[in-house]
Amino acid sequence: MAGNTGDKVRSDCWVSVTLNDHGGPRVHLTSKVSSIYGESIHALFSEVLEFYGISDAEVTIMDSGALPHVLAARLEAAIRKVSNTRKAFLLPEIGRKVLPAPGDRFRMSRLYLPGNNPAMMINAGIHEPDGIILDLEDSVAPDRKDEARILVRNALRNVDFYGAERMVRINQLPLGLEDAAVVAPHGADLLLIPKCEEAWQVQKVEEVVRATMDSEGIKREILYMPIIESALGVENAFKIATASKNVVAMAIGLEDFTADLGVARTQQGTESFYARTRIVNACKAAGIQPIDSVYSDVANMEGLLENVKASAALGFEGMGCIHPGQIRVIHEGFKPSATDIEKALEITAAYKEVREKGLGVVSLGSKMIDAPVVKRAEQILLLAKKFKLLATDRS
Amino acid sequence: MKFTENAAGRKVPVMVNGQEMVPYKGVGKHKPAGRKHAPAIASCADYPADGNKRVDNLREALVKAGLTDGMTISTHHHFRNGDLLANRVFDIAHEMGVKGLRWFPSASFPCHAHLIKYLEDGTIHHIQGSMNGPLGKFVSEGGMQGTGVLRSHGGRYQAIQDGEVTIDIAVIGAPTADPFGNANGLYGNSACGLLGFALADSQYADKVIVVTDNMVEFPCIPWQIQGNYVDFTVQVDKLGDPEQIVSGTTEITRSPDRLLLAELTATFCDAAGIIRDGFSFQSGAGGTSLAVGEYFRKIMQEKNIRARFARGGSNKYLVSMLRDGLVEYILDGQTFDLDGVQSMAQNAGHVWTSPFTSYNYHGKGNFAGMVDVVILGATEVDTDFNANVVTHSDGYLLHGLGGWQNCLFSKTVILPVPLFRDRIPVIRDRVTTLCGPGELIDVIVTERGIAINPLRKDLLEKVEGAGLPIRTIQELKEEAESICGVPQTPAPGEEVAAVIKWVDGTLLDTVYRVKS
Repeated sequence: MAGNTGDKVRSDCWVSVTLNDHGGPRVHLTSKVSSIYGESIHALFSEVLEFYGISDAEVTIMDSGALPHVLAARLEAAIRKVSNTRKAFLLPEIGRKVLPAPGDRFRMSRLYLPGNNPAMMINAGIHEPDGIILDLEDSVAPDRKDEARILVRNALRNVDFYGAERMVRINQLPLGLEDAAVVAPHGADLLLIPKCEEAWQVQKVEEVVRATMDSEGIKREILYMPIIESALGVENAFKIATASKNVVAMAIGLEDFTADLGVARTQQGTESFYARTRIVNACKAAGIQPIDSVYSDVANMEGLLENVKASAALGFEGMGCIHPGQIRVIHEGFKPSATDIEKALEITAAYKEVREKGLGVVSLGSKMIDAPVVKRAEQILLLAKKFKLLATDRS
Repeated sequence: MKFTENAAGRKVPVMVNGQEMVPYKGVGKHKPAGRKHAPAIASCADYPADGNKRVDNLREALVKAGLTDGMTISTHHHFRNGDLLANRVFDIAHEMGVKGLRWFPSASFPCHAHLIKYLEDGTIHHIQGSMNGPLGKFVSEGGMQGTGVLRSHGGRYQAIQDGEVTIDIAVIGAPTADPFGNANGLYGNSACGLLGFALADSQYADKVIVVTDNMVEFPCIPWQIQGNYVDFTVQVDKLGDPEQIVSGTTEITRSPDRLLLAELTATFCDAAGIIRDGFSFQSGAGGTSLAVGEYFRKIMQEKNIRARFARGGSNKYLVSMLRDGLVEYILDGQTFDLDGVQSMAQNAGHVWTSPFTSYNYHGKGNFAGMVDVVILGATEVDTDFNANVVTHSDGYLLHGLGGWQNCLFSKTVILPVPLFRDRIPVIRDRVTTLCGPGELIDVIVTERGIAINPLRKDLLEKVEGAGLPIRTIQELKEEAESICGVPQTPAPGEEVAAVIKWVDGTLLDTVYRVKS
């Protein structure tokens, strides 16, 4: 059996399959949507059973309004438990928005979605996070890892996340390698590698992904975001950040990190200050995005904003979210101020003018402007453009 | 049963519970001739000279009022899910062996599931009024002997006034009353704010019984119900459960999806120029509607805008807007929480209204049409903007009409609804039950886009270029179907469970029994 049922369950279903020797396929459906989708649910189940070559079986479905990709995932998971099949039943993939080039993507907010909870995935995209994370690791119980992997694979293919970068947090190795091989070919843009401590772990995942993609003839590149969650990981930060050219960002996970240090996690974060600045430094040296840990008090938006601003001031370029309500606050925290934008515009204008005149040294007022200052100004303007804060965006 | 097709293309029965029906003719088309219903002339000679109309108990009052088989008994719903009185009335009727009664409440609540056994044993023949939750399910499954008749709050006043429904005995629960029968809802253990839903009953019923758990000496001030209409007064220990009386759906939603919907609705109103100094609004009591009110507040505070009036149901959120000076008046139809009750008692700007002033379509105007914008809910909407608010897509009758139909006459009607609920698309080719004609419904806001009724070209023009996700309703329907699948057409119903009245007393649609 697979899936979930009960009074509080929404948009999910529970399926059990018993194989028989005779009697044909018998499907028992209990569904709150049977008056309008009963026929299509029966048709889908017949198709799946036929795909797996199952002619005699007792199938029971308790449906709480599951979408077709969820129904299919639950049935596939239930079938895999009673047979040895490795075949994947796939619904046609939906069309979706093309993302910006990997290097041009903001990753200010990335919304964690428990990998075995289909209800939370459906509307995740409407809150406009930069990325969504279908989580196979901490939010999935050990005995549900297999069904969650199938569900996440189907969600990647069939849920529209409306332009959010689609990320999957795989399990720790070695289980994570199996996750990576299953989800990579089906539309994952980026894999988060948890509890990363050494560069080879990233390389191992990449090797498995490459082999899978090659065997399926898919040319797409998969990106990586290792998560540093231990003292050893912090020590190896730069090596991990440069483990592959497809590592585009690196995050810190503070719950596990503080546990590893044997200290409590505080609001001020003094205990993790060294680790966080070390991560920022390693990422900047490697030319990738440093991403801060999640803020776990979902009711405290003031605390979150303060936290984001402190985080941005350290050099972090993003943060995890565990609730859609946090997304906008996080974006607010990373938003450049009007003064910052004005200054950045002056700097880039002055730089451009001087360059056109062929002069060597640029100054604005009494301050010298050199290449790094210009680069910083350009970054601010890029962010300003994303937030539509530039005059040209407003028209 | 004989049917006819009405002007909305819906099949409706010709006769309901032995009464001939007028099929719906279109908005503003049905204008009945004749005079209003009039109760019998009374004489002071028949009432106690000292004004003391007290009788010992409710049973005695009902006996004195002549309770017999086949009568129409009315109650009001200001005690909401905390009401003990309606159940008590029918307990007594059952004890007396009375049969075939017609219950005519202004609304019913889950607490009235107690009455199912009286519907089963024939004490009650049928209900004329909303049938929520358990009662709705019972009726949908064919348990009731007669046919249910659903009306809006305004439609109920209209039906009483026009004599479509004659009330034999009105039982009015009053949180405070005097022995003469003057009554109000402002004070006492069962305080519920006002008694507007009982106004028509007091004016038009043959016999009126006021029941209170807080009897005060004459005069009971203010008299929201006038004792001059009242036959008997009764004192009881307890009318209702205070915690249930003032606990409607009064918390703002915490669902991020619904908050997004509410914010989008408020942003739309702002972009359309609706939120401006001196405007008026009405927002329901559901979690999403409350959230819309809070986003209104934000916009009003930022732009220093004050509303001339807001229509209640009032609650703590609306009351705080009144207190903060963001709203000059609350014209209130019912109070949903204790803050609303207290505010009405203390604040001159918090005014009680009735379905007569607010909603009655057969009057010389009403307040509903003057409201700039109203935010309502719906279970389904179709591509012609017709909406359903009483049944679900599986055909079950689960909600009442409330003031919903009456509010459709507001200048702008907005329905914020999710595009789908647990795979059930909200935007359909055809609504299961028609409750409101599309020509009165202006905007459908969903989390995935906003559809404006093509009749409202003015709104389309106003929000152009505002960066809002404006789509056609057809596009929204297709998006829902691309996610949920195309729903199969449910088999047409045959046996009638209930009918839906329009605000003018005509038959708008039929609710069928659900096939098991």
